[in-house]
Amino acid sequence: MSNQGKMDCGRRRLVVATAAVGGAGAVAALVPFVSSLLPSERAKAAGAPVEVDISKLEPGQMMTVEWRGKPVWIINRTKEMMDTLPKLTDLVADPKSDKDQQPAYAKNDTRSVKPEIMVVVGICTHLGCSPSQKFKAGTDEGMPGDWLGGFLCPCHGSTFDFAGRVYKSKPAPTNLEVPPHVYLADTRIMIGEDKKGA
Amino acid sequence: MAAGNFEKYKSDGSLAGNALEWVDARFPATSMWKGHLSEYYAPKNFNFWYFFGSLALLVLVIQIVTGIFLVMHYKPDAALNANGVPIAFASVEYIMRDVPGGWLIRYMHSTGASAFFIVVYLHMFRGLLYGSYRKPRELTWLFGVGIFLVLMGEAFFGYLLPWGQMSYWGAQVIVNLFSAIPVIGSDLSLIIRGDFVVGDATLNRFFSFHVIAFPLVLIGLVAAHVLALHETGSNNPDGVEIKANKDEHGIPRDGIPFHPYYTVKDIVGVIVFLMVFSAVMFWAPEGGGYFLETPNFYPADPLKTPSHIAPVWYFTPYYSILRAMVWNFFGLDAKFWGVVAMGASVVIFAALPWLDRSPVKSIRYRGPITKVMYTLFVICFFILGYLGTLSPSPVGEVISQICTVFYFGFFLGMPWWSRMDKFKPVPDRVTFK
Repeated sequence: MSNQGKMDCGRRRLVVATAAVGGAGAVAALVPFVSSLLPSERAKAAGAPVEVDISKLEPGQMMTVEWRGKPVWIINRTKEMMDTLPKLTDLVADPKSDKDQQPAYAKNDTRSVKPEIMVVVGICTHLGCSPSQKFKAGTDEGMPGDWLGGFLCPCHGSTFDFAGRVYKSKPAPTNLEVPPHVYLADTRIMIGEDKKGA
Repeated sequence: MAAGNFEKYKSDGSLAGNALEWVDARFPATSMWKGHLSEYYAPKNFNFWYFFGSLALLVLVIQIVTGIFLVMHYKPDAALNANGVPIAFASVEYIMRDVPGGWLIRYMHSTGASAFFIVVYLHMFRGLLYGSYRKPRELTWLFGVGIFLVLMGEAFFGYLLPWGQMSYWGAQVIVNLFSAIPVIGSDLSLIIRGDFVVGDATLNRFFSFHVIAFPLVLIGLVAAHVLALHETGSNNPDGVEIKANKDEHGIPRDGIPFHPYYTVKDIVGVIVFLMVFSAVMFWAPEGGGYFLETPNFYPADPLKTPSHIAPVWYFTPYYSILRAMVWNFFGLDAKFWGVVAMGASVVIFAALPWLDRSPVKSIRYRGPITKVMYTLFVICFFILGYLGTLSPSPVGEVISQICTVFYFGFFLGMPWWSRMDKFKPVPDRVTFK
């Protein structure tokens, strides 16, 4: 090194350029790894609609079917259950279902196509637990005295009414999701598809 | 006392001596041995609290060895077998019932997970008691916080593998936590799950993280933690720098070689620890439902959440803090703030070296304010931990909110209250009690 202390600027530029190209290559090499973490084509293809026969569902009963790996509840609501809904307008966070948690045809007072039949994804909108049935009003099932019946999420205590509307000041931010669904016949429902999609 | 400045080994002419000389000329065997063990001078006044570092290392070895053997029989597969049981769940039952000695290896591993956290929590509390994180040991502490974070991830990934009800719904809740982050949240949780629901893709990637990625990072961080410690030298219950007082050979007057003095002393700790460990492993491997939770004896059912779900005990304090946040701020909902508070409650430990402004390190020379604050902090931590194991209730919510406020007040107020105390004079040399 004859010219000690003097910087060879050409060489230095080459070093910087080499490091930049190498760095860009290292970042580009991340692409296949990160993309492999995304859902696979098979996972994306899964999730076909599910057809359900509700002819045996008595008033007051609820059945659970699996759609896209999630529980979907179908509840045949009694008149008493329906009567609780208007009383709760001031107690639930989104009484008119203004937030986009349902298809347009379920944006009504009962959040359903047929008034008594509720179809809803049984996954709490907080952190994804499946709420438990607390259908009996009052303290019979360990709920407070003014409880009118509905669902309680066991994980963080969010409560929902018979239309899947979340009570105010609970961790869950929105009402339960109503999935797209269509009546193929009076007692047969296709979940995961509505007329527009078919 | 960094390794590397020791003379190379000179053979005494024996065969073993020649072999060591040959190796030492090519590999820093002698200098590493001396720098980290036989001539690493540790303060001579270590008390009972100083067992937990080496015990954490012991538990790490137990987890790695038992883990290697469990992987020989475990199958990370969420598909159902001919009996309608998920293959992963069935393979754990197979280990418990049909693999010779499998039940013992598995209980060592599951008990080891809880033991790891007990030992690490005590190790961290020791740091708090004696100001071990204070200058010049901040980096040792930061590597330690890194170890703690990786350990939490490791435990979380591992808990999914038996594919029981608690595995499944626990993972569901924690992965959904990430979806609360604005803008990137839903994509992030999709990348973690690898599917739109917790499923086979999730199980397989958690398995990969649990057995390869996180253990590698953990071992690297443990090495960095020990190297940083050996660079500065250990703190001690008096919080006195022993390097400030050296004899004519440059050896701290209050230091004794780690080997043989502390290696032998630690054997006593190991024996006592293994007695307790074995008692739990043989007589109470489920730890009263805290180490292995009852719902996890049922295979994962994506359609039904167990009526009571709670994380394993070592996560419950942070889980309580998550649940305590029920208010919306700044247009972001409570769910997001719960996640922020939970994350902050863990990461805030990293700030301790800069939050603590006390003029003395050790609690021995600190006054009533410190002692009261530490006591309340421990009580709050236990209350939060206990509430986190319970179902949500209105009373529990208020108590956990009070404890959460104190938890953060303890840390964020520390720059003030740690200075206000009455302090006793710190001796020049270490003392024995």
